[in-house]
Amino acid sequence: MSHHHDHQHDHAHHPAGAIRLSNLTLTYHRHPVVHHVSGSFAQGELTAIVGPNGAGKSTLLKAMMGLMKPNHGRVERHGLAPREIAYLPQQAAIDRDFPLSVQDAVLLGDWRNSGWFGRISRSARQRADAALERVGMAGFGGRPVDELSAGQFQRVLFARLLLQDAQLILLDEPFTALDAKTTADLLAVIAGWRREGRTVVAVLHDYEQVRSHFPQTLLLAKECIAWGPTTEVLTPANLARANGMPQNWDDDAPVCHRDDTGAPTTPPAHDHTLHSH
Amino acid sequence: MTPYEILWQPFADFAFMRHALVGCLALALGCAPIGLFLVLRRMSLMGDAMSHAILPGAAIAFIAYGLSLTAMSIGGLIAGLVVVLAAGMVTRATQLKEDANFAAFYLVSLASGVLLVSKWGSNVDLMHILFGTVLAVDAAALVFLAAVATTTLVVLALFYRALVVESFDPEFLQSMGGRGAWAHFAFLILVVLNLVAGFQALGTLMAVGLMMLPAASARLWAKELPAMLCVALGIALVSGYVGLLISYHGDLPSGPSIILTAGLAYFGSLALGRRGGLLWRWLGHEHLEA
Repeated sequence: MSHHHDHQHDHAHHPAGAIRLSNLTLTYHRHPVVHHVSGSFAQGELTAIVGPNGAGKSTLLKAMMGLMKPNHGRVERHGLAPREIAYLPQQAAIDRDFPLSVQDAVLLGDWRNSGWFGRISRSARQRADAALERVGMAGFGGRPVDELSAGQFQRVLFARLLLQDAQLILLDEPFTALDAKTTADLLAVIAGWRREGRTVVAVLHDYEQVRSHFPQTLLLAKECIAWGPTTEVLTPANLARANGMPQNWDDDAPVCHRDDTGAPTTPPAHDHTLHSH
Repeated sequence: MTPYEILWQPFADFAFMRHALVGCLALALGCAPIGLFLVLRRMSLMGDAMSHAILPGAAIAFIAYGLSLTAMSIGGLIAGLVVVLAAGMVTRATQLKEDANFAAFYLVSLASGVLLVSKWGSNVDLMHILFGTVLAVDAAALVFLAAVATTTLVVLALFYRALVVESFDPEFLQSMGGRGAWAHFAFLILVVLNLVAGFQALGTLMAVGLMMLPAASARLWAKELPAMLCVALGIALVSGYVGLLISYHGDLPSGPSIILTAGLAYFGSLALGRRGGLLWRWLGHEHLEA
């Protein structure tokens, strides 16, 4: 398979990256889902990650959060501790029936200050109210979360992100199953983060949305297809390449030796059988 | 019979009834909140599994030391902790989910317990371990019950927020670097402690009832967690007291009487509970304007 690390050529044009991937490979059961990806996320900028299902987009976010260990290569966070990164996963893991009030759910965003045992300060409560207002949920603080619609719940999670006050914000398909009004409101919140100089990385599927709101795009199909300004990335040729990603599961795939250099007798520098990374 | 004779005289006349009452109330204080978290974390059957898991520890202690409450409690505690830790570690090390591992470990543990008792004990002993007798609670047992209730409430108060977050959104806690696994293990240890405390009074199998029935009922009454905790506590305390009275007046075994009283509260809640009870579903046909 022909493969070019296009982004490495683009790399010089990027501003200093808040978070850098260097030759990152992530695997499930030794099969790579993110394969030899390198590049930087532009700091203070909105970057969309797009690509077909199974392209490794969510997996990449998990690795950036430190929730998954790279099989090979590195995620360089440049002094950002995982807790200084805000992460909104797809909703699956949240128990929406849990008897929690909206305000308490938002106040979880204050975890860095309150932690397991600390008290919730008055200013945190005020920030929670302000955050609820900013996502269009003013006055909902006392309601239980199990009475919210999917759209309202996502607004609450965005309010929690606001409270987290993170420099880097990772969003995994934040607009799936939301109506146009809610999506527009939440996109406005994201635009606000950009004005505040925060870095946002979002996994998205809607190309039009990406073109009109996200200046930077990483097109991922296990390999990095293209990474840079959205207009240069979302070209028909690139999209065709991304959608041509092999979907079948090859049980007998050989060990990857792409990083091997020099004589074939040297021990492999990158061997998925060794989980010592 | 005067109300006094029905409601209080048994306790005034007999020390063993007073012991039993205090023991049941202490047990209810610890079990009710634990049960509520089990229900909320969708681990309702975990309590049942764990109650079986502590059996071999109690059985070995019984065979070695006779009917010593201390020995049996320590034995049960050790067996329960071994199962909790082993299942937890296997879950983290392999593909299998936690519930499957708990099921596997408790079944192995239960089978060992039954094997031990039938080889070296007698059926009477087995019945005693399985169904307990609250009327045999002595001063030493009371101290143990009170200690467990105190520990449970203090640890729950400390870990409350972590437990809530672990239940509501575990990925969030993980992403904030909060060690949710610690809260989880601390909670499971509390489950074991309360079951061990319960098994001598109610028996290993009945102890779970005082956890699960009030907790399941509470969900039908309150919408916020603190209110649910209060309802569960109230039902557990009243079940202990009323169950003992029924057992005394009806000359019935105490464990099942207490659990059946809690069961009645559960059925009552199912019918009348303000949050999703059948009566309100049936009445609530008229929709509002907005």
